[in-house]
Amino acid sequence: MAFALTSNPIRRITARPGQVLAVTLIALFLAIFLIIPAGTVIYIAFTEKGTGALTAVNFIDFFNTDLFRRSFFNSVYVSAMSVVWATVIALPLAVLTTRFDFRGSLIIQTLGFVPLIMPPFVGAVAMQLLFGRNGTVNLLLNDWLGIRIPFMEGLNGVIFVQSLHYFPFILINLSTSLRNIDRSMEEAAQNLGSSGLRLFRRIVFPLAMPGYLAGASLVFVKVFDDLATPLLLNVKDMLAPQAYLRVTSVGLTDPMGYVISVILIAVSIFAMWLSALAMRGKDYSTTQRGGGGLARHKLSFGESVIAYGIVGLILLLVLSPHIGLLLLSFATVWSFSPLPDAVTVAHYSRVFGESSIYIKNTLIYASLAGLIDVVVGGAIAYLVLRTKIIGRRWLDWAATSALAIPGVVLGIGYLRTFYGVTLPDGTPLATLWIMVVLALAIRRLPYALRACYAALQQVSESLEEAAENLGATKQRTIRRIVLPLMTGGLLAGFVTSFSTAAVELSATLMLIQSNSDAPLAYGLYVFMQSPAGRGPGAALGVIAVVMVALCTLLSHYVIERRQKALGMAK
Amino acid sequence: MLKTIAAAMLMSAAVLTVAYAQDGGKVTVITSFSKDVTDPFKAGFEAANPSFTLDVQNKSTSAGVKFVDETKANNQVDLFWASAPDAFENLKGRNLLAKFTPSVTGLPEKVGSYPVNDPQGYYFGFAASGYGIMSNDRYLEANNLPQPREWGDLLKAEYHDHIAIAAPSRSGTTHLTIETILQGEGWEKGWATLTGIGGNLQQVTERSFGVPDAVNSGQTGIGIVIDFFAFSAQASGFPVSFSYPSVTTVVPANVGIIANAPNQKGAEAFVNYLLSETGQAVLLEPAIRRLPINPALYAKAPEGFPNPFEDPRFKSMITFDSDISKKRTDVVDALFDQLITFQLDNLRGATKAIHEADKALAANDQADARALIAEARQLLSTMPVTADEAASDETRAAFTGGEQKTARQAELEQKWAAFASEKYAAAKAKAEQALDLID
Repeated sequence: MAFALTSNPIRRITARPGQVLAVTLIALFLAIFLIIPAGTVIYIAFTEKGTGALTAVNFIDFFNTDLFRRSFFNSVYVSAMSVVWATVIALPLAVLTTRFDFRGSLIIQTLGFVPLIMPPFVGAVAMQLLFGRNGTVNLLLNDWLGIRIPFMEGLNGVIFVQSLHYFPFILINLSTSLRNIDRSMEEAAQNLGSSGLRLFRRIVFPLAMPGYLAGASLVFVKVFDDLATPLLLNVKDMLAPQAYLRVTSVGLTDPMGYVISVILIAVSIFAMWLSALAMRGKDYSTTQRGGGGLARHKLSFGESVIAYGIVGLILLLVLSPHIGLLLLSFATVWSFSPLPDAVTVAHYSRVFGESSIYIKNTLIYASLAGLIDVVVGGAIAYLVLRTKIIGRRWLDWAATSALAIPGVVLGIGYLRTFYGVTLPDGTPLATLWIMVVLALAIRRLPYALRACYAALQQVSESLEEAAENLGATKQRTIRRIVLPLMTGGLLAGFVTSFSTAAVELSATLMLIQSNSDAPLAYGLYVFMQSPAGRGPGAALGVIAVVMVALCTLLSHYVIERRQKALGMAK
Repeated sequence: MLKTIAAAMLMSAAVLTVAYAQDGGKVTVITSFSKDVTDPFKAGFEAANPSFTLDVQNKSTSAGVKFVDETKANNQVDLFWASAPDAFENLKGRNLLAKFTPSVTGLPEKVGSYPVNDPQGYYFGFAASGYGIMSNDRYLEANNLPQPREWGDLLKAEYHDHIAIAAPSRSGTTHLTIETILQGEGWEKGWATLTGIGGNLQQVTERSFGVPDAVNSGQTGIGIVIDFFAFSAQASGFPVSFSYPSVTTVVPANVGIIANAPNQKGAEAFVNYLLSETGQAVLLEPAIRRLPINPALYAKAPEGFPNPFEDPRFKSMITFDSDISKKRTDVVDALFDQLITFQLDNLRGATKAIHEADKALAANDQADARALIAEARQLLSTMPVTADEAASDETRAAFTGGEQKTARQAELEQKWAAFASEKYAAAKAKAEQALDLID
């Protein structure tokens, strides 16, 4: 598409004032809330110790250090393998629920999304209690067969947990893409004699490629940059944990933490660039809309049994952390035993009184952040895919780099940048809750951006051209043609941003200045520092998951209803 | 779609309207303590001082220190309240704490052999904590292990792969445990103990609480922790035990007033409350279980609760030299990380080989093999730097990011890591050679 620059010189000069304004506004937004705050922290990576002069010596140190080299390769390996396994989990769920007449696909789509909502700390504890060395599964295996399976140990443990955790990125984006494929494509292939696997391999999956790539690249980058899971498994020789460990130790002024951050950012952007390269020169859009996506096939009884079996097994696996969480929230004492010693509802009554303020704050913060993300992400996607305005790719790269910036770095950056700025009454700007919203929005922007990107790639430009030929202005075309056709993707973006922002902690912990402004994740953190707080923490975690899942269900319901309303005649 | 967004916004707007009412008496405290600890204190403080409300901001100790440092230009925080004395030293060194003389008098000067308060009056101990070994009873029983009581026990082959510790670079309290062992046993012997324990570790966690969490849930059997983690777990019903080894120390958990506190009066009231008899009594609550600094309180303590002011175990505890500790803090942490945390697989492998050779030797003693095993052991405990080098100005400068252009931290760390992985490999080879000789 970038090659179009030369082949279509007329469009280049048609950068409209509106587009220039949009680019400027987004660039300003990213500069103020992402690049400057992160830059104030990360620039140390480029300075020489003692003199403060600019230097690359820290990067040479990085590549001279065995630990960092090993960490780098471990991170690449784990990320790539996680993409593979996440695909194995997501593909059957996406295909079965979108291509077949499958009862309960709404529920499955929602449940398949829930793993993304893993509350900090409690999720980890629940996973250990189930899959850890002395978790439920291994204790039972040891009793029955005298063996233990190291699910949660070493790099393979990280891959296991990461694939369970992040496969929804692929599921949600792939499902949206599959829904957007024009049925006539499939019918044409069938008329020409293609069917079954061949049809899927040659027609359906390639047409859904934008969604798959959007999801897969997110999984790769997210796993590459994630520090919570490796740390929970005590795997420290990966890049993101190394950066985190160095940035957050008291009193240390070692630049290596920031050097690693810079490398994380570079690799993330490189991965996104690769996925864009894979899409280059291919057209995935289909003109006809309103057909309601692919035809849904009826399953025979035998097929149904197999299909439900597969889906059930996958769901059981991916939801096991949440089952563990639920058990933990009702458990009195759960220690070195397959199941808790006894059950109680006391934990829920303990958090009941205080959770309302956390829930309220979480809903506000996450929905505002999701909204900002969809607006900004949609605008960037439009500018990149539909205009030739200079600097549009930079917006994309800048927004994507947010994935790789550790939350704590962003948090410190916000304090540095905004604490000096005070309101008329003397309160620092950084103490306002809106800063938490902005930090969350920045951290989750890449998710929404990928979703919007994929959605727009599937909308044929000819539809817009047709509208403009009929006399519609650009604004009107966007409002009446582009936006409605992108709805699914936008909603997917909103849901991803919203639900992950709802359980985000690292940046929040730096910025929350008072209990009355705190979201659920912070409440969880406060509980999870003591043995007696484990149950109440788990109860809060369950509340968070249920709340976010309900919001997700609601939005899936809206998508389904919309598709039906669009005349998806059976 | 638009409707959903509109609904979401409406919902947001509806809940937004609740504005937070602030009164003049808000006392803001940054703490690393959990809700179980802060809630009873908040309730007690507000009952004793009705004009004040306590606003608790929970942050990890390191995040808290960073926060106070980053926001000093327009400070909004009154108090810092946490366990690790080194965090307070750090704050004091950056001129972020204010001097104060509490109105409560008659408290002891020392607990164990550690001074309770900062000699210059910048921070105050309000509770004592000792370090020791926590274990999960069910886990030990299932694995037929006796309860370990001394650091030396943890070097035994039977405990291989059953122990957890927090990285001292991540946990101020674990750092003090390490430093205590180094001071109590000396640099060489101390590190031999630490690498010996290191070879038996199952995991090195990155949070202090990660260790008691793993022991409570039975993921690991034995953890090196601060005492109240075990006591409060016991009070919550977890099947865990705890013991103080003979080389240990009791150190105070502290509170300090931040320089330029917006509510100085409130901050002073809170410090006085913490040290008062009613405040001290809160420490004995089941979910808290920390050792009060006021000796009178132990009369009310539950059965079996240790009393550092009378218990002979605590009398014999070593003197902790905080000057030495301060000088080499970063170096000790980095050494532990490079020799143990990040080399865990190599160290464990070598240690396992030595354990196996030892076992074979016990059945069939051979002089050559015995010599080889001794060499392997010696290799494991050889240090890349001596005690003097560790505390030297050159080494320290690499970690302080100071004005001088010295060796960089990354260079030193790589050197130590290469040193460690080489000798661990050599030790493993020797132990395997010994095993071959015996067979």
